[in-house]
Amino acid sequence: MLEGLMTGLATAFTFTNILMVIGGCLIGTFIGMLPGLGPMSIIAIMIPVAITIGDPSAALILLAGVYYGAVFGGSTSSILINAPGVASTVATSFDGYPMTRQGKAGKALTVAAISSFAGGTVGAVLLMVFAPALASVALLFHSSEYFALMVVGLSAIAAFAGTGQVSKALLMTFLGLIMATVGEGVLFNAPRFTMGIMDLQSGFGFITLAMAMFALPEAIYLVLDPNRSKTGDGASNEIKDLRITKDEAKRITPVIGRQSIQGFFIGVLPGAGATIASFLGYAVERNIASKEEQEQFGKGSVKGIAAPESANNAACTGSFVPLLTLGIPGSGTTAILLGALIALNVSPGPRLMIDEPQIFWAVIISMYLGNLVLLILNLPLIPYIAKVLAVPRNYLIPFILFFTLMGAYIGQNNATELLILVGFGVCATLLRFADYPLAPLLIGFILGPLLENNFSRAMQLYDGIGFIWERPMTLALLVLAVILVVLPSYRQRRARNRAEGVADGD
Amino acid sequence: MAIDRWIALVILMLCLAYGYAAYFTMDQLLPPIMKQRPIWPSTFPKVLAIGGILMSLSVLLNLEKTPEKTDPADINLSRLGEYKVGQALMLLGLMVAYALLLRPLGFLGATFLFLTAGSYILGERRYVLMAVVAAIAAGFIWYLVDAVLGIFLSPLPSFMNGV
Repeated sequence: MLEGLMTGLATAFTFTNILMVIGGCLIGTFIGMLPGLGPMSIIAIMIPVAITIGDPSAALILLAGVYYGAVFGGSTSSILINAPGVASTVATSFDGYPMTRQGKAGKALTVAAISSFAGGTVGAVLLMVFAPALASVALLFHSSEYFALMVVGLSAIAAFAGTGQVSKALLMTFLGLIMATVGEGVLFNAPRFTMGIMDLQSGFGFITLAMAMFALPEAIYLVLDPNRSKTGDGASNEIKDLRITKDEAKRITPVIGRQSIQGFFIGVLPGAGATIASFLGYAVERNIASKEEQEQFGKGSVKGIAAPESANNAACTGSFVPLLTLGIPGSGTTAILLGALIALNVSPGPRLMIDEPQIFWAVIISMYLGNLVLLILNLPLIPYIAKVLAVPRNYLIPFILFFTLMGAYIGQNNATELLILVGFGVCATLLRFADYPLAPLLIGFILGPLLENNFSRAMQLYDGIGFIWERPMTLALLVLAVILVVLPSYRQRRARNRAEGVADGD
Repeated sequence: MAIDRWIALVILMLCLAYGYAAYFTMDQLLPPIMKQRPIWPSTFPKVLAIGGILMSLSVLLNLEKTPEKTDPADINLSRLGEYKVGQALMLLGLMVAYALLLRPLGFLGATFLFLTAGSYILGERRYVLMAVVAAIAAGFIWYLVDAVLGIFLSPLPSFMNGV
């Protein structure tokens, strides 16, 4: 391993490759900030640039830098304008945006930067140590376990997204899953539920839906109630408070430690990835927090930012494990990276470490570098990034709307997509009026195809639903999912009974 | 009936229609060979339809007690008249217009109009500043997307591009 590490150091510390890391992180951060342009589209856009470079190590280092930058940029827009362009930073907006509205945008961004850095660095160390071993663990998982794991993810999301309103959250999850079945699936070569409309043949676009669920309702709310947008007049004092207090640092340290490790392991499992890691991280930290701190979640808790941020960055690193050691992409983003590698004549898989160790280790070393660049570049840049808030409302809102439109348009290059966006945006605003949580819908939509594919594969392997009881791990995960859904209602009912003075038997 | 239960009713209707399609119409065209497999294109949708129906009924019948809304930042629907509903509707209309005009007017023209009209709707009356900001933004974003990122965006009206 030491030899490989030295090779990696020698490759990563060339002038060109350091430039690649810095350039990649910068490009990723700035484009990732624009709502609608997530890591997937940015990496896809950068692939021609990477291929022109020619050197596979440099190309992969550039793309990895763009990936981290985009994830960090996504958290910035989640925190500042509640417009997560990336699904994995949706959880960051739960507490990041309330903090911005309380005038603590600077603090929120600092917590995000530190957590991302710590998550990414811990992830890189774990990747280096555990890569080969973890690959074999991931191999033990069959489609039935993946299916069960995703059910656990969705239940956890529903359980925490709607405090005291789990049915609404579950209903939104089902709606998201239902929407994901529209169009032509991978498994069956026939269009489903398209009602004969050609534009629905390829299903709804993820970016369009993400924009419609988050950015558009927020912009409409800003228009409806001018008091909500403190931009323009109150912005100058928004970014004063960059530093976090000793007490806050103390509170977030264990969260970052736990979530970096948990996030990494979730990221290793193909199909789980940064989104589940961030939501699960948020849910876990919320559940284990003390009662007073639990109340703070969703209203601007530093723990609520630290948990998803460290988890999603660690998971991004973790998702490289199956890609580099097995050649299996664990997420959409790593799938695009896989395409880029193949275009560069590199075949990732178990032999990559033996045949081309310089690529494998250079990527790992560049992850340290990337995280360092993000911290050094992003922390000082925070006051400038937060300048987005100083733009007067009359200009900011048309720009948010415009970026929403552009995000949907660039993704699909189809003007009809813009009409779908407006339609969904209006529906999402109505749902928000009625207090329905929107995140479960989007996550259901993202996980829908993966869930169905694994479910179908397990059904085919076991010729029916026998896989549920024939595989103990699957059963255990599904039981966990049920507990996750039932627990909040049970706890709430118990608390209510106690408040009403009714004895509850214990 | 509160708005959340009305919405649950609408979603219930959608789930019923979806379930009807999954249970009764989808499999009619399925080739006999596919019917021997344990999984059909309609299997997963059938499960989802049941879940959706059960959950929408749970919200509709108010089976789970929802806590009272305490977040003052939320829009209070009973005071909808106090909010700027007109502006919001006009901006939504503007977005639809942008979608329809993007190709005929080209990216630069449509974006310039969108940004100036958007600011105007929100109450901005400094026309020169509005025009300058919109023109610079439209030009810069076009350059960034088209030239730097390499995504083609037709800048000029369709009749001038010959497209």
